[in-house]
Amino acid sequence: MQLTLWTYEGPPHVGAMRVATAMEDVHYVLHAPQGDTYADLLFTMIERLPKRPPVTYTTFQARDLGGDTAELFKTAARDAFERFKPKAMLVGASCTAELIQDDPGGLAKALDLPIPVVALELPSYQRKENWGASETFYQLVRSLAQPKTERAQNARKSCNILGATALGFRHRDDVREITGLLGQLGIDINVVAPLGATPADMARLSDADFNVVLYPEIASVAAQWLTRTFGQPATKTVPIGSGATRDFIAEVAQLAGVDPSAVLADASARAPWYAKSVDSTYLTNKRVFVFGDATHAVAAARIASRELGFTVVGLGTYSREQAREVREAAKLYGVEPLITDDYLEVEARVAELQPELVLGSQMERHIAKRLGIPCAVISAPVHVQDFPARYSPQMGFEGANVMFDTWVHPLMMGLEEHLIGMFRGDTEFHEDAAPSHLGGHANRPIKSNAVQMPLPVEVAASNVTLVDTDKHNEESPLVASPTTWSPDAEKELKKIPFFVRGKARRNTERYAQIHSVQVVTIETLYDAKAHFSR
Amino acid sequence: MNTAVIPIKNAGTGGCSDAPILRERGQREVFCGLTGIIWLHRKIQDAFFLVVGSRTCAHLIQSAAGVMIFAEPRFATAIIDERDLAGLADANTELDRVVTRLLERRPEIKLLFLVGSCPSEVIKLDLSRAASRLSATFSPSVRVLNYSGSGIETTFTQGEDACLASLVPVLPTAAAGAPADLLVVGALADVVEDQFARLFKQLGMDSVHFFPPRHANNMPAIGPNTRFLLAQPFLADTAKALESRGAQRIAAPFPLGIEGTNQWLWAAAALFNVARQNFDTVTEPARQRATAAVARQRTQLAGKRIFFFPDSQLEIPLARFLSRELGMVLVEVGTPYLHRQHMAEELALLPAGTQLSEGQNVENQLDRCRAAQPDIVVCGLGLANPLEAEGMTTKWAIELVFTPIQGYDQAADLAELFSRPLLRRLKLAA
Repeated sequence: MQLTLWTYEGPPHVGAMRVATAMEDVHYVLHAPQGDTYADLLFTMIERLPKRPPVTYTTFQARDLGGDTAELFKTAARDAFERFKPKAMLVGASCTAELIQDDPGGLAKALDLPIPVVALELPSYQRKENWGASETFYQLVRSLAQPKTERAQNARKSCNILGATALGFRHRDDVREITGLLGQLGIDINVVAPLGATPADMARLSDADFNVVLYPEIASVAAQWLTRTFGQPATKTVPIGSGATRDFIAEVAQLAGVDPSAVLADASARAPWYAKSVDSTYLTNKRVFVFGDATHAVAAARIASRELGFTVVGLGTYSREQAREVREAAKLYGVEPLITDDYLEVEARVAELQPELVLGSQMERHIAKRLGIPCAVISAPVHVQDFPARYSPQMGFEGANVMFDTWVHPLMMGLEEHLIGMFRGDTEFHEDAAPSHLGGHANRPIKSNAVQMPLPVEVAASNVTLVDTDKHNEESPLVASPTTWSPDAEKELKKIPFFVRGKARRNTERYAQIHSVQVVTIETLYDAKAHFSR
Repeated sequence: MNTAVIPIKNAGTGGCSDAPILRERGQREVFCGLTGIIWLHRKIQDAFFLVVGSRTCAHLIQSAAGVMIFAEPRFATAIIDERDLAGLADANTELDRVVTRLLERRPEIKLLFLVGSCPSEVIKLDLSRAASRLSATFSPSVRVLNYSGSGIETTFTQGEDACLASLVPVLPTAAAGAPADLLVVGALADVVEDQFARLFKQLGMDSVHFFPPRHANNMPAIGPNTRFLLAQPFLADTAKALESRGAQRIAAPFPLGIEGTNQWLWAAAALFNVARQNFDTVTEPARQRATAAVARQRTQLAGKRIFFFPDSQLEIPLARFLSRELGMVLVEVGTPYLHRQHMAEELALLPAGTQLSEGQNVENQLDRCRAAQPDIVVCGLGLANPLEAEGMTTKWAIELVFTPIQGYDQAADLAELFSRPLLRRLKLAA
């Protein structure tokens, strides 16, 4: 039993719904009690889809449990087939129905429907949403893909774009961006799936020369099966960021046997130039904490470090299935990877690291807001704000532009930061004010003594209860410091910007310990500064 | 005490009292009772709700209000995993561990609800035993209770009913021979509660309590002289539990709209020997304000045809208000569950011939709705945008549960919740 305040992922049947909802002519019959229909609103409210997800819920009640819930399932499946006339059907159970073991697959088979019926086994008490999406997509591909048809010789090379689903973080815009990129390279798109694919489209997946895996969390298992079965190679690079996009272009050009040089030369990416422009100097070595699904987190860390010149101080993911990729990436930046789906643990780590920017999901946005740290959202779980009206991809060159804007916007602009560093105590224009272009007081951080030392997880976790609302943001328990500070030194420390103050204090105390200094004075502070300066 | 007052002459006889009801089975597009935690955890300010359930339960509560609400949560989920399913003894130990961790972290919690879910019901995890065991451990600083918010047993607002019913047995007992007092039952917005409290005071009714209270240590005492007035129409089990402790229900329509509020207040006032003239004088200013404000809304709503999908059990009182005070035409009034006795006064006030439906087969109901082409549809969040995309005007039902709508001073606000979508459609079409 796990105590959970917020979950990063829904249950696996929600992953199956994301696949079904993305597709055309597919219907999902879900054996589920009343209430599980809440999942519909994820699609109609958060993603604002104009139609209901293609899902029928059997809606069994307590009084049915002694009776015939299996018959209820069969009726629901038969009615759904007659009403919606799908070309393929998914059947499965939600967490409660899994316990009553009605075997939706077997029951649906008994109905002898004239369409392919794919039975899903999604263990709700072990697995989560992304796994459910991956498994559903894999089962659909296995069931529906047919052997390759004959094609004309010398035809242009083609590929499938795999992994985009409903309720995905910018999936629709990513597909458009990557479709355009592949078009520029002279590569045809055979099928995009699951997003927009029909069962008939799934049948001709094998016609493509290779597969583009946009979201490994969802599509890599299916792509591996397509490699084994039809010999289609699959891309490994996820084109998030300018560098990764260039790598991706090189990879697909090689798979398709086309020349990428024109596309690479013509790349309309402003982000790399903006990052080089002198105005961006102030971004240098900004300390960033990155957390999200593995693909987006690893990509964000690469962009942060190599394309914006930030310093990655923390990197983690909630997707245990992809933990290996994140561990490897963490090694590149010399940080301890954080693999957890416990929101409180992430919060404790952010509080401990005191980064200058958090790149995370909506959960981390909340954490960052409470800790007064600027934040940009890079990953699911999604929120209504993650479905902007405008075109806003994460992938390709335009994606890199979008991320440059999104990540830099929450930060203090260059000269403003300097002025604040130089003149302290101004009533409006001070270190605790938010960047002036964000309205000054919008984002008041917690007092700087909140985190002076790395907090043990439990202490930080308990702070959640204390600092959760704005009015509680002012104070957090102070962890006793082993070193004594003279009042002058304490005052001088306050002149250091809040976001590096914790580090300055730690370094000074470390210096004091090494040099057996009992009381930290102003001199010790500057000695330590010189000692640790780069 | 005057016990002979029957507030509505023809209760149980006129209107829709004996109307036939369309009962349907099939897919229900409604929330389960866990959703009630979203407002209950805010209402009782030192209570914590621990759902014992699955990842689905956690995801539901986090998503139920349409988007994630990131205010400080006084709710959490103990997610059952495979190891718990292997053996129940283990699940109990695990639950103790989770609760201990939670209470250590949240010392301000005085009342902890263990909330049962579909999975915990199906595996027959005995939460009442767990609650008494944990209560013994953490007494006196924390009281641990349990109720079920599971979808196999409760629909949306029935979660509040189950929660309040679980509190009734632990309410203090009023001293024998205590003077008669009034208990207003059902979670109301604080602002509405304060308005009612002021009105009762002005009427000279000094002993009025509200249940649930805002703090766990403020539980009202009850006994045979307690008269209770339901402020919400979905409290069947709570009412039964109160009656089993001797309290008596005051039959009345629900305090929605001017008429409903008036009859609701008067039903209690008359019982407590408030003179009609005094009642009229005290309520007159609010009634007049409300009448003027509702009249403005009436120009927008009169003659408009409305269709209710089942959601919160508020549908019948809402339909009564919209038809009688705003002149709207009721196409279908769907409710998840119809309590004949608690609804008697309401049904009598509904126009004869109103199509009532109970339960749901959402596909059939959508067919009826599309065929009827009403001017406005009241439905859940899963249906609202799809129906808007089909060209219909909708009102999210959940907003009616999360908004102060009871009482005189909210009558026009309540009407405005229905006129706004219509107005918006006009503005966007222009």
